[in-house]
Amino acid sequence: SSGSSVNIHASYLLMSVLHRNEDLREMLESTKESLKLEAMKRIVGLIARGKNASELFPAVVKNVASKNIELKKLVYVYLVRYAEEQQDLALLSISTFQRALKDPNQLIRASALRVLSSIRVPIIVPIMMLAIKEAATDLSPYVRKTAAHAIQKLYSLDADQKEQLIEVIEKLLKDKSTLVAGSVVMAFEEVCPDRIDLIHKNYRKLCNLLVDVEEWGQVVIISMLTRYARTQFISPWKEDGIFDENSEQAFYESDEEKLGTPQSKPYIMDPDHRLLLRNTKPLLQSRNTAVVMSVAQLYWHLAPKQEVGVITKSLVRLLRSHREVQYIVLQNIATMSIQQKGIFEPFMKSFYVRSTDPTHIKTLKLEILTNLANEANISTILREFQTYVKSQDKAFAAATIQAIGRCATNITDVTDTCLNGLVLLLSNRDETVVAESVVVIKKLLQTQPTQHSEIIKHMAKLFDNITVPMARASILWLIGEYCERVPKIAPDVLRKMAKTFTVEEDIVKLQTVNLAAKLYLTNSKQTKLLTQYILNLGKYDQSYDIRDRTRFIRQLIVPNEKSGALSKYARRILLASKPAPMLESTFKDRDRFQLGTLSHTINSKATGYLELSDWPTAAPDSSVRNVEVMEPVKKEISWTFGAASECHVKEWVPSMGKTKPLKSDDKFYSDSGEEEGAGEEGTGSSSEDSSSSSSSSSSNEESDSESEDKNSKHSEETDSSQSDKSSGHSDKKKADKKKRLQLKKKAKKAAPKERYQMHRPPTHHPLTQELWNLRTFTPKMVSSPVFVPMSSHELLHRMTGKGLAAQYHFPRQPCIYGNKMVSVQLTLTNSSDHTLEDISIGEKTSSGQNIHRFSSIERLEPGASVTVSMGIDFNDSTQAANFQLCTKEDQFSVSIQPVVGELFLPVTMTEQDFRKEQGKLQGMNETSATITMAPENTSNQALSKKMVSVANMGVVPTGEDSLYRFAAKSVSSGDLVLVSVDLTDSSSGRLTINTEKTVIGSMLLRDLKTALAQP
Amino acid sequence: MIHSLFLINSSSDIFLEKHWKSVISRSVCDYFFEVQEKAGEAENVPPVIHAGHHYLINIYREKIFFVSVIQSEVPPLFVIEFLHHVAETFQDYFGECSESAIKDNVVIVYELLEEMLDNGFPLATESNILKELIKPPNILRSVVNSITGSCNVGETLPTGQLSTIPWRRAGVKYTNNEAYFDVVEEIDAILDKTGSVVFAEIQGVIDACVNLTGMPDLTLSFMNPRLLDDVSFHPCVRFKRWESERVLSFIPPDGNFRLLSYHVSAQNLVAIPIYVKQNISFFETGSSGRLDITVGPKQTMGKTVEAVFVTINMPKVVLSANLTATQGNYTYNPVTKTLVWDIGKLSQQKLPNLKGSLTLQCGAPKPEESPSLNIDLKIQQLAISGLKVNRLDMYGEKYKPFKGVKYVSKAGKFQVRT
Repeated sequence: SSGSSVNIHASYLLMSVLHRNEDLREMLESTKESLKLEAMKRIVGLIARGKNASELFPAVVKNVASKNIELKKLVYVYLVRYAEEQQDLALLSISTFQRALKDPNQLIRASALRVLSSIRVPIIVPIMMLAIKEAATDLSPYVRKTAAHAIQKLYSLDADQKEQLIEVIEKLLKDKSTLVAGSVVMAFEEVCPDRIDLIHKNYRKLCNLLVDVEEWGQVVIISMLTRYARTQFISPWKEDGIFDENSEQAFYESDEEKLGTPQSKPYIMDPDHRLLLRNTKPLLQSRNTAVVMSVAQLYWHLAPKQEVGVITKSLVRLLRSHREVQYIVLQNIATMSIQQKGIFEPFMKSFYVRSTDPTHIKTLKLEILTNLANEANISTILREFQTYVKSQDKAFAAATIQAIGRCATNITDVTDTCLNGLVLLLSNRDETVVAESVVVIKKLLQTQPTQHSEIIKHMAKLFDNITVPMARASILWLIGEYCERVPKIAPDVLRKMAKTFTVEEDIVKLQTVNLAAKLYLTNSKQTKLLTQYILNLGKYDQSYDIRDRTRFIRQLIVPNEKSGALSKYARRILLASKPAPMLESTFKDRDRFQLGTLSHTINSKATGYLELSDWPTAAPDSSVRNVEVMEPVKKEISWTFGAASECHVKEWVPSMGKTKPLKSDDKFYSDSGEEEGAGEEGTGSSSEDSSSSSSSSSSNEESDSESEDKNSKHSEETDSSQSDKSSGHSDKKKADKKKRLQLKKKAKKAAPKERYQMHRPPTHHPLTQELWNLRTFTPKMVSSPVFVPMSSHELLHRMTGKGLAAQYHFPRQPCIYGNKMVSVQLTLTNSSDHTLEDISIGEKTSSGQNIHRFSSIERLEPGASVTVSMGIDFNDSTQAANFQLCTKEDQFSVSIQPVVGELFLPVTMTEQDFRKEQGKLQGMNETSATITMAPENTSNQALSKKMVSVANMGVVPTGEDSLYRFAAKSVSSGDLVLVSVDLTDSSSGRLTINTEKTVIGSMLLRDLKTALAQP
Repeated sequence: MIHSLFLINSSSDIFLEKHWKSVISRSVCDYFFEVQEKAGEAENVPPVIHAGHHYLINIYREKIFFVSVIQSEVPPLFVIEFLHHVAETFQDYFGECSESAIKDNVVIVYELLEEMLDNGFPLATESNILKELIKPPNILRSVVNSITGSCNVGETLPTGQLSTIPWRRAGVKYTNNEAYFDVVEEIDAILDKTGSVVFAEIQGVIDACVNLTGMPDLTLSFMNPRLLDDVSFHPCVRFKRWESERVLSFIPPDGNFRLLSYHVSAQNLVAIPIYVKQNISFFETGSSGRLDITVGPKQTMGKTVEAVFVTINMPKVVLSANLTATQGNYTYNPVTKTLVWDIGKLSQQKLPNLKGSLTLQCGAPKPEESPSLNIDLKIQQLAISGLKVNRLDMYGEKYKPFKGVKYVSKAGKFQVRT
């Protein structure tokens, strides 16, 4: 019956488990958001405790598209945890992430990519790859950072993607955002650490960005740059042979070889080498201990020996940090202090041990103190050691005794003092102390075997009271080795040992056999019987070792007919003079590992450890790090745009009305390139500027000094140096113009979604562009667009288009295909790996608009893109035009939805004409609204700019200051649309629109009103 | 980098696990338990453990082991620093970093860990940013949440992430604008038997609590900045200005943060505020010992020394203590063998004294070792190094903030050898 009750109990438990999960399932399937959230919270609780919640997968995955952000996040947590186990179900969620990847909110894009790339399901590798490539060109640096992380995830899921991933890494390495730098270098280190060539062009940029990168990124970058520098620069350690305490070490071998060769050119440090040292130095002041350590190791491995000293203070400071930090830092100092004791000696007292330190910290401090000991400070150190010997922590006391032994061998002046001190310790009450002393004394006596028979006698006396096997064995060895110095005592000790032989530990037995053999050879008269007795005991011992040793010794020392020639040499074998043991630091060879690494800590090569190479004998070409002005355009341009996303329209607007477009262009470049970097370098100088003028003196001063600094280093690095740009060297203008043209072409492809740019019709000669701005504000009867926003809109995403991507753009030109049509430019890109053929617009249109199709494109090679024009008659409405984009194999339904402002063509008229027309369009043809404007928009040019960017209108000149007029006609019907803005004060006014097309009139009113309210 | 994290309590229960890459079985912790057992005390567990194909890097804080699993080469300090950062974030969010606090807030803990690392690499670690992403718990909100179903997670991208000032969020608003700075100094010292100084130095920090509207730009200057021998800064401090002018110029994070840590070197003469006369001896026979300690004020710069504690870790053979204190109370814990004497305030007139006998285990030999005394003390309104803040100026905002500086000196690792 008890069995059945157990069964009942078990099934009850099972039931309750099932029941519980059933509960959660029901909650998840309820319609109430709060119940779902509660369920997810409980499930996360289960996951946190390591409980299995995988059977809820179907119920959970349904909520992946939830609107509730917390719920969604918890679902993500769940998905990432269980997707690997439930691959088929996990696939259901993929489309949600694909959609979220295109969300306007960067936070959502980033988290979608994070989750998508964390789902370890091999089947989605291609989707991940596409998503990463896409995200790597995202406007938001935060998303790009996530992309860098995703690279490593994809690589660990499928190493075959390496080549493609390296391409993405190469791109991201060029990113100028400090947010991205650390993450992409991390990806580089994981995926392709051997591709050092990818670093060359980015080396100086990384050095310069470093101070502003977040702390964790700094560690990774510094470590990578250490490796880089060791392959690219020649050793700075040559001339200054100041320090060669351990010159026989492999570490310095290369130097010595070089000294031997007749290469006696004075050493000049590569400026890039210097740049790295200079730019990392301030980080020694970081609050993050990992950063300080990484700079310390960089200096240790790269700086000239006389400069390494700068790191000591900072390292010593870290000793105030947590126990674990102390442990790592002390380990590294221990390694350093073997080679360069000089730099730590002034801080010797910082390594004094406190009774409250944990044992491993104590031993490390002891190690360092021993390394630092020299003739001058040894008395201080020994006095300190005396305190430690009395420590309650016996393991530490024992370590101290060993340390005293090391000091004694290293510094001959104090050998006797130490030996005497150790002998005194032999009368200590604590056995571990005594035992350790014996062991150390044994080693010391070996180094100085003369005149120490007194000590040996003393130890022989102590022998009876010592029980620690190692100590007993040591004494036996000593007596055996120097038996001729203590001829009376030795046989007596052997006699005692014969009595206790059977109960001794193995090491003691072995030494007893040794002692017996040695005595048999030197004093056979007294010890022959004893020896035979002991050898007989050994012969039947339980341990193999003892039996073997006994047999060997017997053959060796007792001559008989079987023993060969060997026994003649028995005396020479057993009583040979032995080299003294070296008392060395356990950290002696640790410097084969890069300091600060895991491998250094565990003293063995950890998985993924990257060897630090020896300095090259001849310096590799340093020009590889030069960054040319022309070169980067093709690939870098999207990055320029990426960074430009942070540069708001408002920053750009003021340059609009200036008559020097070239200058404004310059600003555009330097802004986009440097926006983030420059902003952060001044530690927020941009925000200071906007928030106050009183602080500008101090902040400018700082940023000035920094940019000066930079210029002196990198006058050639024009694309990253702001001040170079603004100084406007004339020889660069040409290059700039070329770059601009290329930029513009690329811009269409890259299609920044939010960025506006002045459009320059490609037919214009560059020189005429200077006139172009003027033209916008002078009255002309020709209807040409005042302003063309560069924003493109997505028509077909390459993932849905099976590699075919399409974007459209309104060029705001009158349509050549029909005067009722709006012209639209399509840019088609083939991002698949095969040629696409016969791209055209399908015959059927579902929405009934009249469409002029572009002529079919026969072939589009992989990677190529083409821009074509088409015309659509939207019939003066914002209804979307739906049509089909066809390739030879596929058809994709797409749609173009115009914003109302694109349904116009600009009209230019005089003020009188405007008033006259306005008079005709009163009453129900007039809509108006009060507007409040962002302060940025109140200036004359800014307001006009804003208006013409929203709608394709012409500017009507006015004589009044606070009155602005714009005119346009609708494309399809040709009806006039008149817009006037009457400012009542600086920030508010009245916006009036007069048109017969009241519907689009009110839509336009709404659009303009919102646009003006935004900065 | 960091593959997984296990939180383990003092009774060796794994009460939380989180994986940032594929799942690693918790059996990997067996390596840890083995080492832990060998180490005896928690403090003696080595921070880096080689565990088969993995490496375990752990920290011990608030009676919790934070054990992270590493699969390949990584700077160990990177992981250690990060783990401490996690612990501090918990402290910041829940008021304490205890097992129960973590268990009670397991969802927030999980959300935090999710944001702090992506694929094992730190993503968002600044407290200001995290608080925008995930709101800290409070009673009112948890009630409101349960009624309205609203959530802990921020709806928008934290602004700081993209601003040029990653440590400060935009749009900070206060009705009372205040900036407080606490200058806290700790004296680390070792005194020998005779009371002379073996080693002494001062470690200081300036902790700030800044509640200021907008984007204030602060400048803090000292009367005697040369005193500071070695400094480390919060990332907000402009290093160049410190180098050239020895002033701290910074746009502060919002709320509490550590502005500066500094070190006043051993080369400068460090004032030792108290002296200790002690005599602890054990008799050869009779299994007993004697203890006599007197504490008195020394270089106190006219301030009162308060909250004085003397802690002694006695040798294992000491069974009990029979003592009389002329001031304060003493306790002896026969299990941990710790004697604590809570003295309180030191007065010049009557020097506190603790005297009496110690009872040793019968028959045990007289202990060789001499226990050392650990001293705790506090002096209000004084920075023992003499450091003084000169002035605090604010630029960039128009209002007048309320400013305050407080000084306090404490004993750090202050030890008297016997």
